[in-house]
Amino acid sequence: MALKSETYTIRSSDDVVRVRQIARAWASEIKLSLVDQTKLVTATSELARNTLEHGGGGAMTAEMVENGIRRGIKLTFTDQGPGIANLELALQDGYTTGNGMGLGLSGSKRLVNEFDIKSEPGLGTTVTIVRWK
Amino acid sequence: MDRIPILKVGDCLLVTIQVDMHDELAMSLQEDLTMQIAKHASRGVLIDISSLEIVDSFIGRMLANIAAMSRVLDAQTVVTGMQPAVAITLVELGMSLPGIRTALNVERGMELLREFIGRDAEAEDVDGAEE
Ligand SMILES: Nc1ncnc2c1ncn2[C@@H]1O[C@H](COP(=O)(O)OP(=O)(O)O)[C@@H](O)[C@H]1O
Ligand SMILES: [Mg+2]
Repeated sequence: MALKSETYTIRSSDDVVRVRQIARAWASEIKLSLVDQTKLVTATSELARNTLEHGGGGAMTAEMVENGIRRGIKLTFTDQGPGIANLELALQDGYTTGNGMGLGLSGSKRLVNEFDIKSEPGLGTTVTIVRWK
Repeated sequence: MDRIPILKVGDCLLVTIQVDMHDELAMSLQEDLTMQIAKHASRGVLIDISSLEIVDSFIGRMLANIAAMSRVLDAQTVVTGMQPAVAITLVELGMSLPGIRTALNVERGMELLREFIGRDAEAEDVDGAEE
């Protein structure tokens, strides 16, 4: 069970800035190291931008989670956008259907301890990441 | 809309990014810099990112674009002050920023720019060109 949980909408690039700041605050609250905080916030920025740009907007749910004595920050990004037809392809470095760098999904995956993506064409996309203390 | 101020120092342009930029702000900085380089015929651009707490692929691409377009306009770009945690994260993200010159701080960055610009001027002197 989560120690606390909160949901934030992502509808503009200001919201992307805001959820980055939320991720930073929560990461600092469980005393993640500066490098780990930076990794989590950078992944947040990438995934929130995907929610906005590719998913047409959505939300981020932040949770403070516990596993024995370990604490972590779990972030779930959801949208009801077009979804991703080929996940394997989307997770490759440099793959983009827009004009991005194609590093958002593949890069974020490297920056966190747990990474999960579910997507249904026509229904939307959900990406969940966890960074443990 | 907000704009990031661009400071003209001799034949160089100086930008200090002090806010957590949203994407449109980063895009407008890229455009503003291009215009200013052309307007002042600047030879160097220094971008200080010491206050930036993250550089994601969008900001990374913006820095690479600025460096590329200044090259086309005959100016050199130096990025200064990247925090170690930001550098570590950026490399793990998969962005190594090839083609971007970096320096530890603004002072060293300016030295580096002076060196580049001086070297260009020497090369021109050999061709018989004058200031
Ligand atoms: N939330 C999403 N909804 C729909 N498609 C997505 C979503 N996130 C990622 N994608 C698809 O996966 C591709 C790769 O994403 P990413 O690695 O972040 O690169 P980029 O955003 O630079 O294109 C995107 O170009 C897009 O086609
Ligand atoms: Mg992306």
